[in-house]
Amino acid sequence: MLENLTKKDLKPLVVPYITGQMRDDWLDIIYQMANAKADAIEVGLPFSDPMIDGPTIQESSKKAIENGATTDSILDGLASLDIDCPIYIMTYYNLIVRVGIDRFVERVVSSKVKGLIVPDLPLEEIDELNTATRSAGVSQVLLVAPSTPDLRMASIAKRSAGFLYTMGLMGVTGERSSLPQSALETARRAKKVAPGDLPVLVGIGVSLPEQAREITKYCDGVVVGSAIVRRILNGSKIDEIGEFIQSFKS
Amino acid sequence: MDEPDSTGRFGTFGGRFVPEPLMQALMDLEVNFRKFWSDPEFKGEYYDILKNFGGRPTPVTFLKNMSNDLGVNLYLKREDLAHTGSHKINNVIGQALLAKRMGKSNLIAETGAGQHGVATATAAALLGLKATVYMGAVDVKRQGLNVFRMELLGAKVVPVESGSKTLKDAVNEAMRAWVKEVDDTHYCLGSVMGPHPYPWIVREFQRILGSEARSQIYEILGGKYPNYVVACVGGGSNAAGTFSGFVDTDAELVGVEASGGAALTYGTVGVVHGMKSYILQDEVGQILEASSISAGLDYPGVGPEHSFLKENKRVRYETATDSEVLSAFKILSSSEGIIPALESAHGLAWIIKASRTGEISQGSNVLLTLSGRGDKDVAEVKEMVDRGTVI
Ligand SMILES: Cc1ncc(COP(=O)(O)O)c(C=O)c1O
Repeated sequence: MLENLTKKDLKPLVVPYITGQMRDDWLDIIYQMANAKADAIEVGLPFSDPMIDGPTIQESSKKAIENGATTDSILDGLASLDIDCPIYIMTYYNLIVRVGIDRFVERVVSSKVKGLIVPDLPLEEIDELNTATRSAGVSQVLLVAPSTPDLRMASIAKRSAGFLYTMGLMGVTGERSSLPQSALETARRAKKVAPGDLPVLVGIGVSLPEQAREITKYCDGVVVGSAIVRRILNGSKIDEIGEFIQSFKS
Repeated sequence: MDEPDSTGRFGTFGGRFVPEPLMQALMDLEVNFRKFWSDPEFKGEYYDILKNFGGRPTPVTFLKNMSNDLGVNLYLKREDLAHTGSHKINNVIGQALLAKRMGKSNLIAETGAGQHGVATATAAALLGLKATVYMGAVDVKRQGLNVFRMELLGAKVVPVESGSKTLKDAVNEAMRAWVKEVDDTHYCLGSVMGPHPYPWIVREFQRILGSEARSQIYEILGGKYPNYVVACVGGGSNAAGTFSGFVDTDAELVGVEASGGAALTYGTVGVVHGMKSYILQDEVGQILEASSISAGLDYPGVGPEHSFLKENKRVRYETATDSEVLSAFKILSSSEGIIPALESAHGLAWIIKASRTGEISQGSNVLLTLSGRGDKDVAEVKEMVDRGTVI
């Protein structure tokens, strides 16, 4: 049975992102994220050609690959974790195809990973992977964007499991000083078409707690990526990263 | 060569592996291409520009001296004589016209050596569009003259500092830029690669190359088709255009890759730049950098239709090494008075090799698409000679 993320209280859902193995203490950072009451954690598998990522996540991917990160090494690391916070893997499709869909999904299950986010797999291309994830009980999170028309958004939401990843703007991952109008509008539209039990989370361009508070008037939560990754890249201490995540919950 | 299926696939290759924000633009592009490519007025304008501005049709030239030496009858389809010096103009005129019909005012493009960038800048200047060209920072340094050419034509050149700072990263950056500007911008992709509908659109705009060559060589050979039809393969656009004119003949079709960028020969199936195709990648799935003396073939992937043509065995794919290519470059220059692009010299290098080993039997008729002229490459080759490389 595929479980969706659920809210424990009235606070918005907060899902921090980290690129796997971008820093030696990445697993400690994940523990800290869980302690900071993250509702789920998105862990990226680094890819050489990250099409929808801006400079910050590109840099973290490069670092991770230089640190020897591979699909196996990251999944092994995650398998060793003892936390009750669900982990979602973010990966470009080639890393899945390379391992083989069935074997990849098996690996994901044995690493206790809850779901997959594959940003270069639009609705038209999901079937092959979706067949495997569904029968393995792995949630496949789908994405919608400001350019997605209502009808299409509804079809995507229907197929999405775990939550619906709503891109707040037409652009790549990265921090923005203010929340774009498109984020509010897209969140509102997504919430309207999404099944009642599927939380709508807005990601891309949500960098500050104020922005999260504003956007969650229209949706259930946020994914915070580049703002965290920049802090990790800049050498922030683990408890500083935890505090930053907590500030989204207050 | 047929239309891809409704999922944008040639067999199992192709597709649309792109982030959601690009899907609407790709669907709009497909609808508009389908509409205008069957519109006589659109086609008329496309052919008119290629004739009166682009210098088409390009001739087919018999190579007397080399034919004598090799014992085969060697003919060249002369895309080096098309405006801007290569076949790239066929595609960009088509896409720029399409962009205008779709109401887009900007073009963005990726470029490696700069040929596609120059062609895009040219089409933009002609049709009153704004062009922005993404080029790896390494290539910007290597190809300073082409950067200046693009700027002279009114285009903005953006050096790409991400990844390996070469063509594959220029494609990523162009895609990233397109996501942001998709409303008023058309991404003018330079080869038969990327997400559907690009591999199909670009092949259709390059079809003119193959149809001209087909009727020209048929007449030259007195009502026969050649035994071999050869083209170099980077992304695969000049080869796709060429082969589209000959798939239904008995000709043996040969695509020649750079041995340092031979996705079809040494690669494995994967997904990059929006398509499923053969690519050069490591064992965990990271994309490798290609390495070849010709920047235009320095690409770790290949268009999906070529992966399909490899699997169904209608085309065979061969490779040529840098030194074989330099030698072919010199032979064509000195014995025929034609300086070829290093890319095109790959096709010639294979023909020379295969004629000498007898793989191409004596007396065969061989047609090679000379995809471009070598002016852009002479400085690089001179440097190699100055450094002591024997060619
Ligand atoms: C002269 C020439 N030939 C061939 C190519 C390779 O491209 P394609 O394989 O798409 O024809 C290029 C690319 O830059 C080129 O400039």
